[in-house]
Amino acid sequence: MAEPMVEVFIFETRQFLEQLEQIALGSEEQGGYSVEDVNEIFRAMHTIKGSAAMMMFDQVSTLAHSVEDIFFYIRELNPEKVDATGITDIVLNAVDFMRIEMDKLSAGGTPDMCSEELRNYTKDFLRNMKIENGHDPDIDLRKVKNTTKSPDEPVTSTEPPKKQYYIGAAKSGETATDTGSDVVRVYEAILFFQQGCEMEEVRAFGVVNNLKEKVIELHYLPEKILEDESATDTIRNMGFRLFFTTRMTKDEVYQELDHTIFLENLEVKELSSTSECEYWPSQETVAITALENSEPIKPDLPQSQRTPVTASLRTTVKPKPSADGAQMISVRVDKLDKLMDLVGEMVIAEAMVTQNPDIAGMELDNFSKAARQLHKINGELQDSVMALRMVPLEGTFKKMNRIVRDMTKKLGKKARLVLVGESTEVDKNINEHISDPLMHIVRNSVDHGIEMPDVRLEAGKDETGTIVLSAENAGGEVVLKIKDDGGGLNKEKILERARKNGIISKPEAELSDQEIYSFIFAPGFSTKENVTEFSGRGVGMDVVVSNIKSLGGKVLVDSEPGQGSTTTIKIPLTLAIIEGMSVSVGDASFTVPINYINRSFRPGEGEIFRDPDGSEMIMVQGKCCPVIRLHEIYGIPNAVKNPAEGILLLLEAGDAWFGVLADKLLGVQEIVVKPVPKYISKMVKTTGIGGCTLLGDGSISLILDPPQVYNVIYE
Amino acid sequence: MDEEKIVPDVEDTQKDKYLTFSLGEEIYGIDIRVVIEIIGIQKITVVPEVPEYIRGIINLRGKIIPVVDMRLRFKREFREYTDRTCVVVIEVNEVLIGLIVDGVAEVLDITEKNVVPPPELKASQNKYIRGIGKTEGGVVLLLDWMKLFTEDDRELFDEMKGDSSDAEAAD
Repeated sequence: MAEPMVEVFIFETRQFLEQLEQIALGSEEQGGYSVEDVNEIFRAMHTIKGSAAMMMFDQVSTLAHSVEDIFFYIRELNPEKVDATGITDIVLNAVDFMRIEMDKLSAGGTPDMCSEELRNYTKDFLRNMKIENGHDPDIDLRKVKNTTKSPDEPVTSTEPPKKQYYIGAAKSGETATDTGSDVVRVYEAILFFQQGCEMEEVRAFGVVNNLKEKVIELHYLPEKILEDESATDTIRNMGFRLFFTTRMTKDEVYQELDHTIFLENLEVKELSSTSECEYWPSQETVAITALENSEPIKPDLPQSQRTPVTASLRTTVKPKPSADGAQMISVRVDKLDKLMDLVGEMVIAEAMVTQNPDIAGMELDNFSKAARQLHKINGELQDSVMALRMVPLEGTFKKMNRIVRDMTKKLGKKARLVLVGESTEVDKNINEHISDPLMHIVRNSVDHGIEMPDVRLEAGKDETGTIVLSAENAGGEVVLKIKDDGGGLNKEKILERARKNGIISKPEAELSDQEIYSFIFAPGFSTKENVTEFSGRGVGMDVVVSNIKSLGGKVLVDSEPGQGSTTTIKIPLTLAIIEGMSVSVGDASFTVPINYINRSFRPGEGEIFRDPDGSEMIMVQGKCCPVIRLHEIYGIPNAVKNPAEGILLLLEAGDAWFGVLADKLLGVQEIVVKPVPKYISKMVKTTGIGGCTLLGDGSISLILDPPQVYNVIYE
Repeated sequence: MDEEKIVPDVEDTQKDKYLTFSLGEEIYGIDIRVVIEIIGIQKITVVPEVPEYIRGIINLRGKIIPVVDMRLRFKREFREYTDRTCVVVIEVNEVLIGLIVDGVAEVLDITEKNVVPPPELKASQNKYIRGIGKTEGGVVLLLDWMKLFTEDDRELFDEMKGDSSDAEAAD
């Protein structure tokens, strides 16, 4: 991949883009841009502009500049009529453009897409906005600002404005003219840019960059083009002055510089020696300046923006930028895995020391004290390491806001997205892989589910449809639900289509609703007559299914005609942390996800009774629940046989209640679910073991999957 | 990147090297290349409904790996584990498996010319022997580890290597 500099640029720009998108969406929803939002966007765009210019990505930097202008205008003149939606569109388009360019860049390409169209649109938009608000459309805001600050400064913006068109920066690819002369000459060049061409500092920087390769030594005034805010004014008023030594002839120099875009006036003077130059710093000064300038470009964003914003977008309270917010760093995942393994190793090593047979039975007060301390620290360490890989679904969820917004706008529908449980944490891997499937489903919901506003009104529903995206940790799974209140799935249409595609494998009368709905997950299946931009090609849903299956998950869809449909994604939480109750049975230990446990109690003598077939059951709260003995189904010796000496866990799996008999409770703890090694898991049939986990002492506990256990009973 | 350059060298130094372990009277050898490490016997968690020779799973520094008792695998009598009992952790097709053996002896150099193919006997265990290596002290039965873990479990490994989602799709 690219150099570290480029990597940092990509990383930071992406962060800004994400931030921009969220602010823009949030502002649109609130119907306007608050002062903080405007400042935030302005700052972000400004930084992108600067760093893109540094990296010589003119298209990105000029686009950022044109967007920045809008916010500059809003910030300075505070116009009354602001088309929030229009502005949001512009910001989002710009964000998309830049995102594509960043993707290209990180894939090793060069960002070469032309942003002219977007820029012109943005410019026109700004013009119109100015006119609407009764301002001179060609007013130079930066000047206005400066004048208000120092009225003494002469205002030069009196000339009639020229029509402005941005042209992509000239490629510096032209072959350097062969000089044929070895004489080193000294030149002074003064460049004036056209009035109102804007971004003088960036243009000057471009000139310097183009010239660098062709000259021997180069100095320029103002010294700090990009860093110094007043540089723009200096360039405007005094011109951009270059002093350099080169082997080129005067004509060649003139030609070279004349290429510069938006050049108004160019003066090239040949000087007899460098001493004539107004500005020719000594080597030391250059070194010092270089040092000063070498500070990397840092995005100037308030810390709080970097931390995941927990408040939902809809909340009007914006998090205040604060200096002491949590900071983020990005770490390679394999480093985390390594750390995790090491901590696991340490826990075992600790057990080996503290439970060492050499010290068994000895009275070691001080040792025990120290050992307890070590144990405590180890425990905390383990917890923190486990939590490292977990990331909230928030970021992924919020991306959906954008999709809903764009689609409703284009389709002329009205819908809002409600996020529930976005703080649910899942393993990083899962978070990354869940994004595409979710996007497909949300798209489908808007496209196929939510009806047009008039249809909705007719049906007596709120004009605005609601899509609820929720996440929760349920037992051994993360359950994601996408629920819309649209028209629901059309069973007839699906059946018809399924018949046509020949994917019905059993008599139609025997198909359950569930089975019919699940046909939509078949490849190439779409009931929509028209292929739209967003969906209808029928490629979406089977991608969803295969993506989720690759995570070991399941997709279910349910629907209520006229009431909407719900898509449920269940993903096993490989590595996800759940709370589990550990129980011992003989020498073995099992862990039951705590949310399946209704309660646990010691059954009284004779409370458990048998039916004529010998199956055991117990009456709990007027319900007759089957009871299974773990030691029986798993063939564990040395277990407690008498129920009155053991403990009964009353488990709930869906609607089914059943009791599981174990020896004793070991306690509740947070566990990391690890899959059973495949070597074994393929040999065993469904045994009700959902995974395994490591207990604090390094021993392994098998995790029970209650719904599966329940099936075991009924086999 | 650099690894590609290194790998041939590593393979060269590991060629013809065998880790020998004992099962009762016999000495077996296994390519050192697949051996990840050797650990003492540790607490094994029993897993229900698996063949008897799979003793269960152990925790190898946070990784959960299955352990196979080689005595039982070769249909010998089960012998209680002692201090000398070892678990040889090998990696086959990117899957870690622990082999429980009576004891680990040494690492031997046995060149190809000192290896003779096993006699074509019908005795079942011979199919897991790739050859018999001659050494100064006697003979070493060279384990065909690939076959050992793919013969009965071929299906298993194919599924593992292939898209595991197909398997999940079934349920």
